[in-house]
Amino acid sequence: MTTAHVESPDRASLEAVWANPRGWRWASSVNHSALGLRFMVTGLFFFLIAGVLAMLLRAQLARPEAEFMGPAAYNQAFTMHGTMMMFLFAVPMLEGLAVYLIPKMLGARDLAFPRLSAFGYWCYLFGGLIITASLLFDLAPDTGWFMYTPLSSDVYSPGVNADFWLLGITFAEIAAVAAGVELIVSILRMRAPGMSLDRMPLFGWYILVTALMIVIGFPPLILGSILLELERAAGMPFFDVARGGDPLLWQHLFWLFGHPEVYIIFLPAAGIVSTVLPVFARRPLVGYRWAVIAVVTTGFISFGLWVHHMFTVGIPHLALAFFSAASMLIAVPTGIQLFAWLATLWLGRPVPRLPMLWLFGFVVIFVAGGLTGVMLALVPFNWQVHDTHFVVAHMHYVLVGGMLFPLIAGLYYWMPHFSGRMPSDRLGRWGFWLTFIGFNGTFLIMHWTGLLGMPRRVHTYAAGMGWDLPNLLSSIFGFVMAAGIVVVLIDYLLHARRGERAPANPWRADTLEWAMPMPPPPFNFAVLPQVESRHPLWQGMPEASGDAGMADGQPTALARRLMHARHGRRETPGVDPVSGLAREIIMLPGSSWLPLLAALGLAGVCLGLLSKSWLVAVAALLASVGLLLRWSWENGLAMDTMEAASQAAGLPLHPRTFDGPGRWGMGFTLLADSALYLSLVFGWLYLWTAAPHWIGPEQPPLSLAALVAIGVLVAFSALQQGRIVSSLRRARDMPGDTSGDARALARQAGIVLLAGLLASGGLLAVLATAPLEPTRNAHDAVMFVMLVYLLSHMGLGCLLSILQVLRVRRRLVGRHAPYELAVLAPWWRFTAGAVWIGIAALVLAPMGFEGLR
Amino acid sequence: MSAARSPGRQGLLVARIPGVFALLAGCSGPQSMIDPAGPAAQAVAALWWWMAGFSAIVLALVCAIWLYAMRRAPRGRTPQQERRIASRWIIGGGIVLPMTSIIVLLAFGIPIGQRLLPGDTGPEPLRIEAIAHQWWWEIRYPGVEESFVNEFRLPVDRPVDVHASSRDVIHSFWIPSLGGKIDAIPGRIHVIRLEATKAGRLRGACAEFCGLEHARMTLDVHAMPTDEFDRWLGERQGTVRP
Repeated sequence: MTTAHVESPDRASLEAVWANPRGWRWASSVNHSALGLRFMVTGLFFFLIAGVLAMLLRAQLARPEAEFMGPAAYNQAFTMHGTMMMFLFAVPMLEGLAVYLIPKMLGARDLAFPRLSAFGYWCYLFGGLIITASLLFDLAPDTGWFMYTPLSSDVYSPGVNADFWLLGITFAEIAAVAAGVELIVSILRMRAPGMSLDRMPLFGWYILVTALMIVIGFPPLILGSILLELERAAGMPFFDVARGGDPLLWQHLFWLFGHPEVYIIFLPAAGIVSTVLPVFARRPLVGYRWAVIAVVTTGFISFGLWVHHMFTVGIPHLALAFFSAASMLIAVPTGIQLFAWLATLWLGRPVPRLPMLWLFGFVVIFVAGGLTGVMLALVPFNWQVHDTHFVVAHMHYVLVGGMLFPLIAGLYYWMPHFSGRMPSDRLGRWGFWLTFIGFNGTFLIMHWTGLLGMPRRVHTYAAGMGWDLPNLLSSIFGFVMAAGIVVVLIDYLLHARRGERAPANPWRADTLEWAMPMPPPPFNFAVLPQVESRHPLWQGMPEASGDAGMADGQPTALARRLMHARHGRRETPGVDPVSGLAREIIMLPGSSWLPLLAALGLAGVCLGLLSKSWLVAVAALLASVGLLLRWSWENGLAMDTMEAASQAAGLPLHPRTFDGPGRWGMGFTLLADSALYLSLVFGWLYLWTAAPHWIGPEQPPLSLAALVAIGVLVAFSALQQGRIVSSLRRARDMPGDTSGDARALARQAGIVLLAGLLASGGLLAVLATAPLEPTRNAHDAVMFVMLVYLLSHMGLGCLLSILQVLRVRRRLVGRHAPYELAVLAPWWRFTAGAVWIGIAALVLAPMGFEGLR
Repeated sequence: MSAARSPGRQGLLVARIPGVFALLAGCSGPQSMIDPAGPAAQAVAALWWWMAGFSAIVLALVCAIWLYAMRRAPRGRTPQQERRIASRWIIGGGIVLPMTSIIVLLAFGIPIGQRLLPGDTGPEPLRIEAIAHQWWWEIRYPGVEESFVNEFRLPVDRPVDVHASSRDVIHSFWIPSLGGKIDAIPGRIHVIRLEATKAGRLRGACAEFCGLEHARMTLDVHAMPTDEFDRWLGERQGTVRP
């Protein structure tokens, strides 16, 4: 290779390999900058629609007994307002910002799975459009954004409205989980060499914890939505009391997601604060370690508080006291962050620029929301104000204060990055004050309305309750706030197009995203940076030249190796997750239509289910599975071209390792999958112990012997796959060993497949012969779903094993490139573990229980 | 409902709230939780005013620190001094302040919550069933065959256990000026203890969204002097079956 002699970057070859396609082919691009912006623009679009809905709601509530909207329209409007703001605006918007920023801040060229980002984006867009379209047909969901059943069941909501919610949101959540997995792996494995975890910018920590929370927190809701849709469409009574279900199971699953959701929205925004505030305070954030500990603690605690949304559902008082105390504890990590911010200002030399104004708004509103949050965690007070306008006010203080204000601060702060132009203060200040005054005018008063006894979600109210004036004021200020948002938008667009050209590192910031031209090239850094400290741009690194890697005027060997792309591959360094030392070169895939096509296939499934055209749904499902498999097949093809470049700057390309990003991606995908499965097991145990009319069968419906045989077979597949990987590892370490020979390898992979096929066939037979009546009672329904879950995992494992056998035979995988076999191993391990947990929960536990009686 | 009454016999120390709040509460309607007509609501209203006052102080302090820090002239400090200030702020404001507030709050809050639960002490409570339907309340009294629609009568100064259940979706039984709410969930019966300490007309509502006409699912509440209530109930219990 001649690259070692290149001393200046070959931008032309980088441009050629990394450029996004133009014209209509634009839709096939997978670059993180393009996708991040796309996420944000789409999020803004849904935000505006949801905002208009809010104005309709306020118009209706302005006067008592108003007839502007009837109850049917009002119920659709408030449900859609909440749903769109939470699922289609807040989470995707912040994920979009993270998708845009994370590689730049951490010094990488792209995210770990660019095509997955594209797929996630299309899922989000199509899911969002499907839900939004329901508004046009007057068929929008109308049972509240938390969809409490039985109101949302087929009995009390027979229309297609609730289906729009369940299917569309689940679809959009796939996108959220995909982005979550991608962000985790990118943050852990794709940073600038030298950026150890304790040198990582705080924003990276915030996004890491958020993404982990998404990966663990969304699956319970995805499961709940699947179960509720199965109840509605197929009559399986998970939540129907009369048939052994329990509506409270829905509430548990929903809030198991719903409370972490609040922090999923707050943490990235707090990450913006921790990034922007120190820059304008002109000093590093005080207490970096404290902040990291606080963020991680928040993530943990947030999974232990969901019950505080359910204080009035008749849970024993002792349990309530526990959840009450736990809910208040969240004030500690939040307080640590707050006082770290205040101390940073105190010890710094703050400059009052426009983003700081929005951060001030954030502090006022969010602290107020946090204080009412502590009040709400107190059980007796909660019993009074729960489900009133007090809660509506609290929630808007937390979410608007905790998310929208920091977001706008961040959008102004990074405007030079998106557009190359600077914001100015004049119109921006008007926008801020209108929004701030409008917001507080609307929602501060709303606390009072709630204390006067006005329940939430009422489409109108009687005169003479003392609610007329506060509601009128809330409505008027609501429109002031809307005007503020319009001014902000105009200001933003004007400056992004016509503002002053941004100089290099305009805010004198410390993080790497400012060490590149603005707007950035698709590969971010021509010369990849080598990081020596927590604040690279405050410690002597050249700014904005795009040549950040030249710390001492000389690029590192690795940076030199990556300064060109004449081999036609997209490459970025992979690092050790903790130390940040470079350990391989990660090849990234380029533009492709497959993500869009696969997402279109899933949209077809969604529409087929909505219109109850089962054939369409099945056909679309098969098509998208086919496309996804095609995608996985194509992903490795680039390896043909890498033969010449197996080593680069002493580092292997990732398919030659056992531990590339795909392995990590598989790990975190399985983490999400475990969360889903454990939620299902929780549902089983919950219904068994708590459903008022649980009906257990006389005879155990499943044969223990058959299940154990299946479990042994799957465990064998898992062990065999593990043996293959360790034999390949041995072969790598001992060149004389021939166990990696292609034919032998294909045979070994074939054995995994054979055992998997036998197990799948066995489980299919169990499922077909067991006397289960999933529409008669919840017991059989849960059992059925669990078996189908296990069967689908075995089936997919077999499909992947077939692909592996083929790929080994084609020599795409083998001793020279063992990576994919190592990626598949955790799948079989997980499946085996799931089968045994299933046996324990479905057969052994009931048997033991019978024995005890 | 007019002026708030003075703290009742069960009033905690914290319940002796300044009169200015009573004035504020006085302008509220028949469904207000800060114009309490029973000991439970009274305790919660007092709790609210204390929490609101404390929160206002914390919020004002945080804002003041922020604004002052933005404006004051920077001064030179050694790294050691900076570190000391930083950990003092983070430990004091981030750990000590919230922990103390939480402990104080729970020390007052949990006993109040305990008192709102149906207990074994005191006079025998009256049992009233509230059965929720889309979108009306069916109220039933012991020994009375007929049921009442959206009409809830209770005697003054005698504890009442409301047994809430639902015939269809989830609703929530709530009379703000008497006390907290309890969800009416199909398949379950939940009990909440309420007590009125003064006679008069109040209003209750369904608090959990229950579908199209959720807003219309209200309850006329009549807190009656004990003898009047006993007479009314006796008449109903003695009348012929419908």
